[in-house]
Amino acid sequence: MTLKVTGLVRHHHGNPEPTLRGLSFDLPAGTLTALLGRSGAGKSTVLRCVMGLEPFESGTIEIDGVVVQGTKDVSVDVRAGQLKAARAALGLVFQSFELCPHLTALDNCTLAPMQVKQKSRGDAEKRARELLVQLGLEHRIDAFPEQLSGGQKQRVAIARALAMEPRVLLYDEPTSALDPSMKNEVLQTLKRVDATGVTQVVVTHDLALARGVEHVCVLDHGVVIESGAPAEVLQTPKHDSTKALLKDWV
Amino acid sequence: MPPVRIAFGVLLLSMTAQASEPLRWGADGQGGAPYVFQDPMDPTRLIGFEVELAELLAKKLGTNAQPVAGPWDKLLELLARGDFDIALNGIEVAEEKKRVVLLSKPYFAAAEVLTIRRGDGAAPRDLSALKGRKVGTLPGSLAERMAQRHGADVRTYEGGQDEIYDDLKLGRTDAVLLDEPVAKFYGELDEAFETVRGDFGVVEYAIAARLDDRARIDALNSAIDALAADGSLRALYERWGLWTPATAKLLGDSDGTAHAPALEYERWRAAVGHLPPFWERVRTRYPSYLPLFFKGALLTLLASLCAMALAIALGVLLAVGRRFGPTIVRGLCVAYIEFFRGTPLLVQLTVIYFGLPELGIKLEPFFAGVLALGLNYAAAEAENYRAGLESVPRGQLEASQVLGLSTFQTLRFVVGPQAVRISIPPMTNDFIALLKDSSLVSVVTLTELTKTYTTLANSTRDHLGLGLLVALCYLIVGLPFAKLARTVEARFARHLRREAA
Repeated sequence: MTLKVTGLVRHHHGNPEPTLRGLSFDLPAGTLTALLGRSGAGKSTVLRCVMGLEPFESGTIEIDGVVVQGTKDVSVDVRAGQLKAARAALGLVFQSFELCPHLTALDNCTLAPMQVKQKSRGDAEKRARELLVQLGLEHRIDAFPEQLSGGQKQRVAIARALAMEPRVLLYDEPTSALDPSMKNEVLQTLKRVDATGVTQVVVTHDLALARGVEHVCVLDHGVVIESGAPAEVLQTPKHDSTKALLKDWV
Repeated sequence: MPPVRIAFGVLLLSMTAQASEPLRWGADGQGGAPYVFQDPMDPTRLIGFEVELAELLAKKLGTNAQPVAGPWDKLLELLARGDFDIALNGIEVAEEKKRVVLLSKPYFAAAEVLTIRRGDGAAPRDLSALKGRKVGTLPGSLAERMAQRHGADVRTYEGGQDEIYDDLKLGRTDAVLLDEPVAKFYGELDEAFETVRGDFGVVEYAIAARLDDRARIDALNSAIDALAADGSLRALYERWGLWTPATAKLLGDSDGTAHAPALEYERWRAAVGHLPPFWERVRTRYPSYLPLFFKGALLTLLASLCAMALAIALGVLLAVGRRFGPTIVRGLCVAYIEFFRGTPLLVQLTVIYFGLPELGIKLEPFFAGVLALGLNYAAAEAENYRAGLESVPRGQLEASQVLGLSTFQTLRFVVGPQAVRISIPPMTNDFIALLKDSSLVSVVTLTELTKTYTTLANSTRDHLGLGLLVALCYLIVGLPFAKLARTVEARFARHLRREAA
């Protein structure tokens, strides 16, 4: 499953400068990609546009043939249909996880499959248990989010997203809400998911995490200024902004 | 009126009245002795000279008398609404009343008398002395108008007669001007008072019927004449100690002196003249009041539960409409909430019960009470739920959107359960407030807990002891719900309990 973003333009109210100014990237199926950039570069905005949580004016987002167009190019109804089709292939893990606090880890993972995909409780629970076990949560299946550590909550959030069988999974700052000692655990989790063939996109400020992925895109002022393998982009950056970013991080 | 014509009138009416249809007569039990009140020795019984009069009249009309309770100042409106056939409860003959109801010929005449504190040398003793003095009386009465006309500083009391005399005793007023029966049954029981009889005016009581019910008034007039002619009325008034020159004159009797013992008056004096000590009342009297309080509490609870169910259902719709609806729905929800929150419940209840019949919508008392309470509390509930809904972080809505849940599914499975936990404490508060506010339904003839208390306290002159008893009843009804709310809240908050380390 490929994720292709072409010429995305997004203005925020009250800001004369566009947040995204014709942003484009094309990610091959099954890759684990990190979107890097300074605060305000447009990383989280592009993620929210892809998920349909924010509108964009023009450009396209394409997920294996399903195209979502900008608000200037297509009517509200048509766009709603496009978003619905696109969302069926997408998953998002929020920075603050946004698990339902009143549901157990298991119930968080079965709610959408049962309600949206009309799965039976038995099937939904079977798949949720598999995912939670895969992510190392076999002893926390019946715990409420409040009873879990940050890392455990994040893995439940990933399991919840995976339970909907997305072909592209997006992560918004997956390490920012966690203790520094957990960062390696996050990378291991991403790699476990990578092994299942799901295309993953991670927005991050974390250099260590960025070093561990397969592909990085560096954003600046709403466009991609540099992309490639982390070894190449992070070791020998070509663009001045990338150099400045890396200097700040180090 | 010649006896033959009277007999003919009564006969005619007996033939037209259907025995299966009782004479429904409206009165306020809270009005107290000697009119219509609960027997202090057996509060399940309604007694009073007007109770007996209603029975005598009904018998003459060939039917049974069926009392219907309603607040005294609303009797004529309830009559117009059709809640009963006649109003018979110390209704004074006055010109302005004749515009809205038909009045029978007077059945009783009472002198106005002044009650003062015994030994109070400065107390007013005639009408001219009332100027600038604080005078207690009942609202809407001839006594009130007379006191006002003579420049008195008039204090009126919505509650019972006891309160009027209590205030006189405590020095809050200088005198009480009231109809003689009231003064006799309340003021004269206490030796601290002195009754001043003089030229304070005479008030006449008549029966009211609807404007289109001329036949009934004619029949009642004939019945009153017949009862006066055969001595029934004199016997009745003598038994209650109410045979006075004014009434004798009204009924065409030349002998204004009572000859028969005033048995009912003596019975009243014995029952309430000196209240037994509190613990003795607890042992001997209160057990017999319990069934009445139980009945009142049951009505309070039932009305409150039904009203709360309505308030919750409507409140949820309003909160969701206000939070998630399109602009027009949001506007309508806000308008509803502001209207019902911003206007008094009593006004809403009065409009629903007395105003809607004008539009052809006539609701039963219980239904009208529940509807008014429910509509009013729905506004408060809507705001509680809105606060609950808005306390759920926006991220939760976005997460649901990303998972593909519909708006309804998001509300049902994600936002709702989180909002409910936040809304339960204010909801419990509202339910307890509703239990208390349900006392307003007494306006529409329902005898709930508070009305049970005020009526009984007036009939027995026991305000403190019965006040404690009614407070206890409210607590007994309300506390289980407070406990239930805490349990439900704990259940909704179980996910917040940390595991033991």
